[in-house]
Amino acid sequence: MAGKPKLHYFDARGRMEAIRWLLAAAGAEFEEKLIESSEDLDKLRYDGSLVFQQVPMVEIDGMKLVQTRAILNYIATKYDLYGKDMKERALIDMYTEGVADLGEMIMLLPLCPPDQKNTKLTLIQERATNRYLPAFENVLKSHRQDYLVGNKLSKADIHLVELLYYVEELDPSLLANFPLLKGLKTRVSNLPAVKKFLQPGSQRKLPGGEKSLERARKIFKF
Amino acid sequence: MAGKPILHYLNGRGRMECIRWLLAAAGVEFEEKFIEKTEDLDKIKNDGSLMLQQVPVVEIDGMKLVQTRAILNYIATKYNLYGKDMKERALIDMYSEGVADLGEMIMHLSLCPESDTPPAEKDAKLTLIREKTTNRYLPAFVHVLKSHGQDYLVGNKLSRADIHLVELLYYVEELDPQAFGQLPSALKARVSSLLAVKKFLQPGSQRKPPMDEKIIKVKKVFRF
Repeated sequence: MAGKPKLHYFDARGRMEAIRWLLAAAGAEFEEKLIESSEDLDKLRYDGSLVFQQVPMVEIDGMKLVQTRAILNYIATKYDLYGKDMKERALIDMYTEGVADLGEMIMLLPLCPPDQKNTKLTLIQERATNRYLPAFENVLKSHRQDYLVGNKLSKADIHLVELLYYVEELDPSLLANFPLLKGLKTRVSNLPAVKKFLQPGSQRKLPGGEKSLERARKIFKF
Repeated sequence: MAGKPILHYLNGRGRMECIRWLLAAAGVEFEEKFIEKTEDLDKIKNDGSLMLQQVPVVEIDGMKLVQTRAILNYIATKYNLYGKDMKERALIDMYSEGVADLGEMIMHLSLCPESDTPPAEKDAKLTLIREKTTNRYLPAFVHVLKSHGQDYLVGNKLSRADIHLVELLYYVEELDPQAFGQLPSALKARVSSLLAVKKFLQPGSQRKPPMDEKIIKVKKVFRF
């Protein structure tokens, strides 16, 4: 039964945003069931919808998928954003995981105790500048193609461009010396489906402030 | 050119062990190049082998793959341990990721050196691991197996999900031999008795022992 995928998460970026980006970029419409209280989360747990009692959870093609990577891999395969063979998939995975590593650091920054925040921020800036951004810039430099893998849009490009928006939010100067990354960001952002997603009023989530963090703490009890 | 895969890592479990398990279970022979000094790591960093300046690195089929999951996904596909279609792959990914989450907690615990971690902190971590193992992870996998009554987690066929889970069960058992409530012991026994796995479980194989005093060495090589 081909209804729209249904995303279960709370009203924030968190670990669901990468999934929203990928579906949006694939031109796939989706619904969201927002978790607003710890009771909502408990309900999902009690009715057996969550294999590991955690969200994100996405209802898609008759399955209730949990675990971000499982969900992303399925969506990428379904919408042909995962390369043409296993070697391309390996490259896509490599790049995607690199994006995820830096993305994880950025995502967890707001959870950092105030006295460690500056140190963490400096580490993120250092890693972005010396490890991650140069690595991706070099990939694009090495083949001079429009996309990271196989001269075709893949999940790797979408994840990377999403990350570049977050890097820019954190510190716009970080992207200064990476012309090819800036080019990729522009190119992907101009794809009609992505352009639409980037507009106000789309299902894209804004950066969480203090309020969002407080709400997360209440729902997930941490 | 089909040589054996070459694994670059330190002589310890860390993030390479699940790759060793998967290759071994697939019956694939592999070579290992151990990083023993900071200079060894710097050398591969500087010769451009390391896309992100990190190990694990696996040389396989003409590629220098980094990132554990990229490597595992490739090996699983190559050796037909990744299900028969995208839906089976989704289930396999789901289960593998659950295993990885608990595995990560256990790995971090083992990296806490006796000398500089306050016992209270280590205890808290251990308690959390026990709690998650007993209440979240083991029941989830027991439930999956019960729900279809088949020999393996997905598609009635051995997949990477079974191998990753069984590897994890050995670590859970190391942490506490009494183990935590119900273990999927039939699956553990079944996978452990597969010829390739049985061989890997024997002394003298490329399987690595738990990290203990080696931790100090690890910290020195990777400068953390």
